[in-house]
Amino acid sequence: MFLIIGFVSFGGGYAMLPMIEREVLIKGWLSVEEFSNVVAIAGMSPGPIATNSAIFVGYKVGGIAGAVAAGVGMVVPSLLLVLLIASFFFKVHHNKFVQAAFYGLRPIITGLIGYAAIRFAMNNHLLGGVNWDSISLFLIFAISLFALIKFKIHPLFVIVISGIVGVFIYG
Amino acid sequence: MEFGWKKLFQIFWTFLKIGPVTFGGGYAMIPLIKREVTQHKKWLSEDDISEVLALSESIPGAIALNSSTFIGYKIGGVKGAIAALLGIFLPTFFIVILMSMMFLQLQYHPKVEAALHAIQASIVALIVYACYSNMKTAIIDKSTFLMAISAFAVLLFLNIHPILLILFGILFGVVLTKLKILLGYQKPESIQEKADTNENREWYMGEGI
Repeated sequence: MFLIIGFVSFGGGYAMLPMIEREVLIKGWLSVEEFSNVVAIAGMSPGPIATNSAIFVGYKVGGIAGAVAAGVGMVVPSLLLVLLIASFFFKVHHNKFVQAAFYGLRPIITGLIGYAAIRFAMNNHLLGGVNWDSISLFLIFAISLFALIKFKIHPLFVIVISGIVGVFIYG
Repeated sequence: MEFGWKKLFQIFWTFLKIGPVTFGGGYAMIPLIKREVTQHKKWLSEDDISEVLALSESIPGAIALNSSTFIGYKIGGVKGAIAALLGIFLPTFFIVILMSMMFLQLQYHPKVEAALHAIQASIVALIVYACYSNMKTAIIDKSTFLMAISAFAVLLFLNIHPILLILFGILFGVVLTKLKILLGYQKPESIQEKADTNENREWYMGEGI
């Protein structure tokens, strides 16, 4: 079952979140809310967020064995891909076909990440309308984004600081 | 053969030490990898590393995993790749399991719930930031802009599998490039040049493609 997550991992990074979410919801492994929490925790851990989310989902669904299965499923495609590309490296790097493929692939990934952001915002009521909850969440979002773009602040700090702010506002 | 195992273990150990540094994104570990691999161990040259990093960026998957695997491969072939991948992956794996356990214990604590509520908003910011970063290399002309917008719209309104969309993207890219060359809009080289001038690693967080 975790093989499916492994296969979708070709999307990479944040682009993968909608895929993982989709599979997880279809299978009924987690609720939307639980999934948001999983991603929040995954963002706090070292390592790639998508891999972390998958491990967490695996752990929740099937304990340690599930985590191992999800982890292996996420890593193996990466390994195979790198080995494949590494062995063809010099032939492929300046290959026009590959460049053309990436030319088309990159904007799709942008779309996917944008979609991930919207999904996530909807799931946790960031766009829920005009009320204290949505407005305060939107403020946290806007300040975080500003800090990321303007000051290139480390993502971990953003998460930790917003967590502390959260305890004060909502606690 | 004994030397082989020793070297494999060295590769494993080097990446094991780097693993926990990848908090919040793979790019944090790149300077470390560079120093470890080129100066301390002298396994590869600086040029080799830049080459590997450029390629790891352009293929799908997390950059931390990709570049480690790649460097491992360059040092010690397939075995080296596996050793490096295990080294970089295991620490984060155990940390994530630990955090999962803690979270499952604490998730209904009101303070934890409050913190998570706010963190989710900042996660959205992280994703938007990743999107913005990605845009800089992806959207290089009108057609790529249109593609990104339509991919977004399709995901939002149609229940289509993302994998399908990615395949479409590759197909479109190939066809579009062919068409443009045929119609004489663009020389084949100029596309990559455009992408290259937009290359700016600093803003990458190492989470995406």
